[in-house]
Amino acid sequence: MTANWAAVLGSCAIAYAIKLSGHLVPHRVLQRPLVRASAALFPVALLSALMAMQTLTTKGAIEVDARIPAMAAAALALRARWPFIAVVAVAAVVAAGVRALGWMS
Amino acid sequence: MTTKPRSVIIRDAISIGIAVGAYAISFGALGTTSGLTVLQTQLLSLLLFSGASQFAVVSIVGAGGNPASAWASSALLGMRNGLYGLRLAPLLGASGWRKPFAAHLTIDESTAMALANDDPADSSHRGARTGFWATGLSVFVFWNTATLLGAVAGSHISDPRVFGLDAAIPAGFAALVAPRLTTSLTRGLALVCAVVAVAVTPSVRPGVPVLIAALIALTTAMKFGEPIPPTTEDVSS
Repeated sequence: MTANWAAVLGSCAIAYAIKLSGHLVPHRVLQRPLVRASAALFPVALLSALMAMQTLTTKGAIEVDARIPAMAAAALALRARWPFIAVVAVAAVVAAGVRALGWMS
Repeated sequence: MTTKPRSVIIRDAISIGIAVGAYAISFGALGTTSGLTVLQTQLLSLLLFSGASQFAVVSIVGAGGNPASAWASSALLGMRNGLYGLRLAPLLGASGWRKPFAAHLTIDESTAMALANDDPADSSHRGARTGFWATGLSVFVFWNTATLLGAVAGSHISDPRVFGLDAAIPAGFAALVAPRLTTSLTRGLALVCAVVAVAVTPSVRPGVPVLIAALIALTTAMKFGEPIPPTTEDVSS
């Protein structure tokens, strides 16, 4: 529980420090090309990694289950330009449905 | 470009707040089903207030990662907010007590609305200022209200798998990353990071796969310079 508090409060403090630095730090520091390129690419890299891990792993082991068809449905919803909440909902419904029918764990 | 009427900007800001707030319901539910309390989940929305970082913290906590890997992932995802602040500071001209509040509301949506409504000919940047504050406050209010609803609902669910909530988390990440996959470079980077992160997961500590993805991104940034400007257009359109 202490670890969760540390994760939550530490992340909040760091996020605010980053936001504030943009408003306070002189331009030249944050305008270096490497910093700008990294800031654009970190979200792509981290979000993709988290997406894949949350789809295919459970507690550190690779596991194939109802999340696979759920993500296929989510991909179709994204392609059809559905809003965020609908994409998330369709994934949950497909995973729950596949499990209720006993097709996958 | 002339500045839009203040009332039109405020109306746009409220619709963005409602649209963005809707997905905080899923954030709230995922927070409490991942093992955070309602209070901890709410504090992330109140104090961290940056969607992608919040989802990352929740998913790393849920997977048993240590606090340091949550901090690192959240910080790397939030780096762009620092660059937004840099771009916004001269437009907003906020001083005194307003500056720390402006920093807190510096997110994708408020930045996009500030830049979209800035009239370069207007030295007082009224459009940008109205766009920024109205959008930042609107998203903050709706985001936090929806988080509370989702968190309370999630805390009543005993087995999240029955409702498919474990599949909702990666779907949320997919929806966050999709608008950023605009070039072959970003699509290639996404694919490599996804494959590598899964492949190394069984053999490293929780949180490490995400840091490896960050290293891949850093290497790509060093090799290819500045491929795309910080994306803000996905929300403002």
